[in-house]
Amino acid sequence: MNLPLFLVQDDPGPDFSQLLQRTGFASPSSPGGLAPEDYRHGTTCVAIRYADGVLMAGDRRATSGHLISQRNMEKVFPADRHSGVAIAGAAGPAIEMVKLFQLQLEHYEKVEGTALSLDGKANQLSQMIRSNLPMAMQGMAVVPLFAGFDLSRSEGRLYEFDITGGRYEEADHASTGSGSLHAGTVVKLGYSTNMSIDRVIDLAIEALFEAADEDSATGGPDMIRGIYPVVATITADGYRRIGDDDLATRTQAMVERRRGS
Amino acid sequence: MNMPFYVAPEQVMKDRADYARKGIARGRSLVAFRFDNGIAICAENTSSTLRKVSEIYDRIAFAGVGKYNEFDQLRIAGVRHADMKGYAFSREDVDARSLANQYAQSLGQIFTHEMKPMEVEILVAEIGHTVDGNDDQLFHILYDGTVVDEDMAVVLGGETDAISERLGAFEEAPSLTEGLQRAVNALAGPDRTLEPASLEVAVLERGTHRRTFRRLSDPEIAELLGG
Repeated sequence: MNLPLFLVQDDPGPDFSQLLQRTGFASPSSPGGLAPEDYRHGTTCVAIRYADGVLMAGDRRATSGHLISQRNMEKVFPADRHSGVAIAGAAGPAIEMVKLFQLQLEHYEKVEGTALSLDGKANQLSQMIRSNLPMAMQGMAVVPLFAGFDLSRSEGRLYEFDITGGRYEEADHASTGSGSLHAGTVVKLGYSTNMSIDRVIDLAIEALFEAADEDSATGGPDMIRGIYPVVATITADGYRRIGDDDLATRTQAMVERRRGS
Repeated sequence: MNMPFYVAPEQVMKDRADYARKGIARGRSLVAFRFDNGIAICAENTSSTLRKVSEIYDRIAFAGVGKYNEFDQLRIAGVRHADMKGYAFSREDVDARSLANQYAQSLGQIFTHEMKPMEVEILVAEIGHTVDGNDDQLFHILYDGTVVDEDMAVVLGGETDAISERLGAFEEAPSLTEGLQRAVNALAGPDRTLEPASLEVAVLERGTHRRTFRRLSDPEIAELLGG
């Protein structure tokens, strides 16, 4: 790999995907036809705004057709210090998209010397989803959620997307994936403005629990193996993942509430 | 019929080297040194937006002196090289030695083949994974592609001899406070004092963060220099 020096008129600027194209890392062209059903699929994620910022959570199940292919998959990732991305859809392209998105944000920040605005980041993700449209038409759709703490406005913000790259900012909460209908309903019913961190984590756990109860592609908390949803908060202090111990205690409490004990 | 004048290659190289050195000497210098918890780079720079010191990758920093547009072009190429390498392979496969070699190749090529050499001197610094800092690296690369692997500290810029003499030798890695005071005094010389506003300081710091590069703010620099 040599030093990528460009003539002024050919310079790709701070855009990492442009740079990859210039240097011959082409993304695969669509082969046409419908994809077989046994590629890995990930599902339900939610994002909720609360008092200090925004919370993102995702279940841990990946399926291949009717089989469970992974029990501890991660679907919520930090995009950079003050934003996160949660994925649903075809796992392979989705994880590649997240990797490229993270690099894109960091690359921009290093080349330009300042980070992108939150809207700028959401727009970048939107373009990546749009470029995946041919694959989406073959069944390998990626539909992420994007959320972050907007430093210029000092508040959490969240965005939903569709397979065409359409970007829709939501005011309070958003969900994606096959269990999103159920998870979204639980969040909607339990939501109130300026929730505390305690309440919002419990709400997210409950939403994913209900989704797992109704949707076969969403995994519930696995107390035998000690696998709990990935829950992360993004505040002025940055992205922070909630520890499994905390989630275990809260899940246990929820189970006891439901038993009525 | 016009016959081109014969110029001896020694003369061509000497002229180019003189030209590059003159360009570099016009700018202000910088000092990089190892301290007990990483590597610090301290540059004299009155601008707070046009940077001389920047982040390349998780554990790698870049610093340049001389002509701004030229070393900035090299900086961006370095960021691109590192990010592409990390994308194609893995983050841990990105290392300063290979980047320094790439810089040396490019600078050497430009020095011998282009009309004008680059009027820059650059530094590629990397902190290793050991706690004692024994695998920290400082690569000093000159306008003609010469690479020097420095041990404890290095001075880049025009008056390197005078500054190096004032800086003295580092026996072992000092604390950040001590190192920075020595570096600033060496840059300033006996007749001036440098204010935090005219300094640009950044560190690669061992710790739990993936990205180890951090800029020091003016109040932070003032506190270190005052203490």
